[in-house]
Amino acid sequence: MSEAFRLPDGGRVDRAQPLSFTFDGRRYGGLAGDTIASALLANGVHLVGRSFKYHRPRGIVSAGAEEPNALVGVGRDEAHYTPNLVATQISLYDGLSAVSQNRSPSLERDAGSINDRLWRFFPAGFYYKTFMWPRRAWTRVFEPRIRAMAGLGRAPKAPDAARYAQRYAHCDVLVIGAGPAGLASALAAAEAGARVIICDEQSELGGSLLAETEARIDGLAAQDWLAATLARLGAFDRVTVLPRTIAFGYFPHNMVGLAQDLTGYQGEPDDAAPRGRLWQVRAKQVVIAAGAIERPLVFPDNDRPGIMLADSARIYVERYAVKPGRRAVIFTAHDEAYRAALALHRAGVEIAAIADLRGAPEGAWIDAARAAGLPVRPATTISGTDGQLRVSAAHLAPIADGKVGRAERIECDLVLMSGGFTPSVHLFSQSRGKLRFDPALEAFVPGAPAEASLMAGASAGAQTLEATLATGYDAGDQAAGVSGTAQVRHFAVEAAPLSRGGFLGAVPHGRDPASVRAFVDFQNDVTAKDIKLALAEGFRSIEHVKRYTTTGMATDQGKTSNMNALGIVSETLGRPIPEIGTTTFRMPYTPVPFGYFAGYARGELFEPVRETPIHGWAAERGAVFEDVGQWKRARYFPEPGEDMRAAVARECRAVREAVGIFDASTLGKIEIVGPDAAEFLNRLYVNAWTKLKPGRLRYGVLLREDGFIVDDGVVGRIAEDRFHVTTTTGGAPRVLATMEDYLQTEWPDLNVWLTSTTEQWAVIAVQGPKARDVLAPLVEGADISAASMPHMSVAECRVAGVPARLFRVSFTGELGFEVNVPAEYGRAVWETIFAAGQPHGVVPYGTETMHVLRAEKGYIIVGQETDGTATPEDVGLGWAIGKAKPDFVGKRALARAGMAAQDDRKQLVGVLTEEPGFVLEEGAHLVADPAQKPPMTMLGHVTSSYWSAKLNRSIALAMVRSGRDRLGETLHVPLADRTVRVTLTEPVFYDPEGSRLDG
Amino acid sequence: MLLITCPFCGQRPEIEFAYGGEAHIARAADPRATSDEAWTEYLYVRGNARGLHAERWRHIRGCGRFFNALRDTVTDHFVATYKMGEARPDRTEGKQP
Ligand SMILES: [Zn+2]
Repeated sequence: MSEAFRLPDGGRVDRAQPLSFTFDGRRYGGLAGDTIASALLANGVHLVGRSFKYHRPRGIVSAGAEEPNALVGVGRDEAHYTPNLVATQISLYDGLSAVSQNRSPSLERDAGSINDRLWRFFPAGFYYKTFMWPRRAWTRVFEPRIRAMAGLGRAPKAPDAARYAQRYAHCDVLVIGAGPAGLASALAAAEAGARVIICDEQSELGGSLLAETEARIDGLAAQDWLAATLARLGAFDRVTVLPRTIAFGYFPHNMVGLAQDLTGYQGEPDDAAPRGRLWQVRAKQVVIAAGAIERPLVFPDNDRPGIMLADSARIYVERYAVKPGRRAVIFTAHDEAYRAALALHRAGVEIAAIADLRGAPEGAWIDAARAAGLPVRPATTISGTDGQLRVSAAHLAPIADGKVGRAERIECDLVLMSGGFTPSVHLFSQSRGKLRFDPALEAFVPGAPAEASLMAGASAGAQTLEATLATGYDAGDQAAGVSGTAQVRHFAVEAAPLSRGGFLGAVPHGRDPASVRAFVDFQNDVTAKDIKLALAEGFRSIEHVKRYTTTGMATDQGKTSNMNALGIVSETLGRPIPEIGTTTFRMPYTPVPFGYFAGYARGELFEPVRETPIHGWAAERGAVFEDVGQWKRARYFPEPGEDMRAAVARECRAVREAVGIFDASTLGKIEIVGPDAAEFLNRLYVNAWTKLKPGRLRYGVLLREDGFIVDDGVVGRIAEDRFHVTTTTGGAPRVLATMEDYLQTEWPDLNVWLTSTTEQWAVIAVQGPKARDVLAPLVEGADISAASMPHMSVAECRVAGVPARLFRVSFTGELGFEVNVPAEYGRAVWETIFAAGQPHGVVPYGTETMHVLRAEKGYIIVGQETDGTATPEDVGLGWAIGKAKPDFVGKRALARAGMAAQDDRKQLVGVLTEEPGFVLEEGAHLVADPAQKPPMTMLGHVTSSYWSAKLNRSIALAMVRSGRDRLGETLHVPLADRTVRVTLTEPVFYDPEGSRLDG
Repeated sequence: MLLITCPFCGQRPEIEFAYGGEAHIARAADPRATSDEAWTEYLYVRGNARGLHAERWRHIRGCGRFFNALRDTVTDHFVATYKMGEARPDRTEGKQP
């Protein structure tokens, strides 16, 4: 075995399964059952990273999810690379490749460590303070430097090759955490008949029991009890056990988000199988058994590699059979560190000293340490440490009468610290449960829950294994809803004595506070001095102190730092902790890769793509498509050698001179049916509908109650009680929702049915002087001659043998028809019409040509000419309003002050550039005085602008203040490099008499 | 994600619903007879309650029906859901989980 710090026996690692891995390119050995962190420690490697701000060498601090320092990147190549993984949580596998982060060129020789010597220039609020220096200093000096130097891992350079799954689940009881409390909960709930999901962030279930070598439960050694309990849980069909699954977020109404790591970041030989799965679990009851997290002590230079949490060091010995060092100094304010000292002592680690902050520590643990010959030093602090890439000595100083005495230097390669334990209340707090400060525990514990949740074990403040098991079982029993009926289960526990103690804040060190750095938040490099500076600068609220110093804002969410920061604030302000309160805990509990949230929604599945029935034809024809919402629409159909302008010019010419065919299937369509259908439309649209005869069409305008246009479209009366309503392409769902709203909530008296038919009809527009000649031979059951089928009429007939609603309507200004056929027949009818049009020179055209043609006619597009503040009068649609109607949606608002034409409103006008060849940019502003200094007085803006091949010049539409009164005026359009002179005109540029509508 | 009880379909996840703003704000039977101030109030002024809030929801990806709900805006707990046209339930406090 190559691992020099591996113990010859014990632990849960499998010595029969040696593994090989690399860290920063160097090869190491490990064992199955190791994490990256335990395997590195087995090889004597503590140095694993450089700190965020000062680039200080940092080592492994903990053995769990709270780890602030040991973040690594893992993955065999860029497509499998995941940054910022916590080395204490990733199971080792053979061939694993991990790299350290935030260092250059190497961990040992890092150029960024210059920051450490310049630390006085990076005080709390450093970022905010730089904003007050000249802007140039920030953009040229600080930002690039900070971006290069600060930070965590880098993003992978290749798209993630892994796949991620997602699923929803429901259960009676969700148990979060599979330590003794969680297991007892799951057992109780399962025995009571509940459907249970139990999850745990580790690859092995058991929590603290995995490192428990002394206690006995119900007569069994703790780890044997664990195995028996897991077997018992596994025997229930109604229990789902999820290892390597983090409950990262607690959402309203007992929805909990779980991130299940399915492969442990292994090599993923098969990328088709998912790497991770996002669970959204809705539970009737949630039991949170998340344990407790040990606190570091805040003393000068407490961040050197080799300085660890005491109980974590014990876990490395007991669970992973790893000695974290050869000679240890223990620094504690809690009995649990004595337990760690004894375990390390048994494993052969020399205990150089146990420095206890407490004046006169006593009890079973202290007695046991003394009996083992360990040197206990009460009333002792650490005033500093030595060592660069690894701690080499600690300076122990006695405390007497509140004064710190002369320090003694003690050589060591390991310092273990314990400030006591903080119940893990993150998820409970995320659920908006109220926290309560327990003065005896010196910790926040769960108070009144806000959701159907129960807390158990150490996260509820239980301090012994017996209490942990009992509260766990009780919670599981209650959660299953059989409280009072089930028997109270008693676990017979023989365990180590109760350990007590704890400390919050920064320890005394007797040195000049200005010259020392005692770290509170290792991950964000926040020191005790930073927090005191924030308070000195006037910050009082803990939320402000947090944001100003960034303490607790790193990816570890301050799991090890929040309570010490609070202790420093409390001491400095002389106010008790409950008065100061805590900051808000937010999800995620630990970082979750984005892939979990993206799930299946990537690439082609990112968003639904809507294609019309004619899409395939257009694609085969070489159409260039554009996205219109989720729709793919053919924008133009280039012939070989044509660019868009040439193609559009040709398509426009064909429509104006012969005939064009256009796929209008994306138009929204709603079928309105019922005896009150006409009355319903009367109340909704501005137009008058009662007198519209079956077989006729009308252009409808829809307002909001505030009087502004929200949609428009042609409406056909198919029968007395049946209307075929069209909407804008993007507006159909919104219009239907508005209609349903009024129908269900305001006018339930109306007998009307609404049905979306957008995807049921294919719509083929045939436009141009030859349109009738193309269609007439294909139509059965209707006479489409000018005499019997005038403009704005509709006939039910057959086109190309298919039942159709044939609209005579024009959005081009030419003679036109829109053929509505069932979607399934769309392409066949399209192809028939296209073939029939060949002798007439039919040309397919796209949305770009449609836009040019309608702009030449001054037809508006809702959402382009209008922006939610335009009335019908503003855009020249006042004629559509049914003036005699007593009411319609928006009518009352139109009567309000400021809504009338004379109120200097923006109105639709045409804009012609003085230079006919210059096409304005849409959105450009119009001003009267081009010499005015900015900010200039804007009179309006260009809403549509095109090259018109027919007119051989540019045309534009604009919304301009009192524009109708300014027709003929010259205005100016200031652009980046020049100012363009324009003349305002009527918005109809082509065939203002409308004579071409009849072909 | 909220769990919402549609009066027609039962409990469903929030993703099936669309929020419809404050409830019990009726459109005047004759808007012409309404003052500018009253119409402005109808258009723009809402209660923004802290605590119980009567609001409209639509089960848009379900039965499609509108209904009203009484929700505590502090805790997000629904106290009641009820059909359009029914009076606001006489409740003053949110329910406990
Ligand atoms: Zn429903």
